[in-house]
Amino acid sequence: MNVVWFLVLSAFIFVIGASGVLTRRNPLVVLLCLELMLNAGNLALVAFARMHGSQAGQVFALIVMVIAACEVVIGLGIIVAMYRNRLPIDVDEMSELRG
Amino acid sequence: MWFEQVLFFIAGIGALAGALGVVLLRNPFYSVLSLVTHLLALALLFLLLNAEFIAAAQVVVYAGAVMVLYIFVVAYVGGSDEPMRPEGGVVNAFGPVFAAAIGIELSIAFIASGLDALDSRGPDVGAGFGSPEAIGQLLLTRFLIPFEAASYLLLVAAVGAVVLARRRRGLEEVGAPPGPREESIPTDLEVRVQ
Repeated sequence: MNVVWFLVLSAFIFVIGASGVLTRRNPLVVLLCLELMLNAGNLALVAFARMHGSQAGQVFALIVMVIAACEVVIGLGIIVAMYRNRLPIDVDEMSELRG
Repeated sequence: MWFEQVLFFIAGIGALAGALGVVLLRNPFYSVLSLVTHLLALALLFLLLNAEFIAAAQVVVYAGAVMVLYIFVVAYVGGSDEPMRPEGGVVNAFGPVFAAAIGIELSIAFIASGLDALDSRGPDVGAGFGSPEAIGQLLLTRFLIPFEAASYLLLVAAVGAVVLARRRRGLEEVGAPPGPREESIPTDLEVRVQ
């Protein structure tokens, strides 16, 4: 398969993730859509690594996975804290950064 | 070569269907399960690109560990169906249009870029391309500083998650007599929400 097929697929996944981030209200689902966007970036990185015949892009993809794991941990921690404080689980209602 | 193409289209359709399921399903629990499907299909695509270690890490770390964390939090918070946005909202109308604009722009960038290498399969690589041995050697020699920075970032994230998710006044309660202190006096924040 030519590399351009993988890139177009990654663009589609990125767009689906972006539309989810823009339209969904539940912060859990917004985090899931952010995962989609990061994974689309990963797919493009690995495809470019294959195109160049170099493994550096795969190392970048691993680092992106680490970033995604950190983002998930902090985001889920914030959601659990919101739930403990009986705040509404809704990104539209969350407009103040007061604990 | 036909086998590779069939595998690509199966995995690609699976990845796209999983992504659409994440966005379109109303129940967050089903969204998480849909994302697991998406991640497994993506691991198959990584295998097609000779990235064996990345595919294995994707299945073990992402589809295994991270998704379990999501399912725990969805079960804790309660996966209720979310209400739709009020009709006529600016974001509701503008979001898909904006996403479609990004998609058209990216497709134009890929297809009209004029890079000849995009229309090739890339150079022939040996059997060791993307193996754990090769990736590990790169991580500990050429990319040592990003590797260490990533490990510190993980440490900071773990400490931050503990601080965020612990109970209020959790550290001061050590040694205090057990009692219904949690529900005794609502803080001013809770009063305001109610």
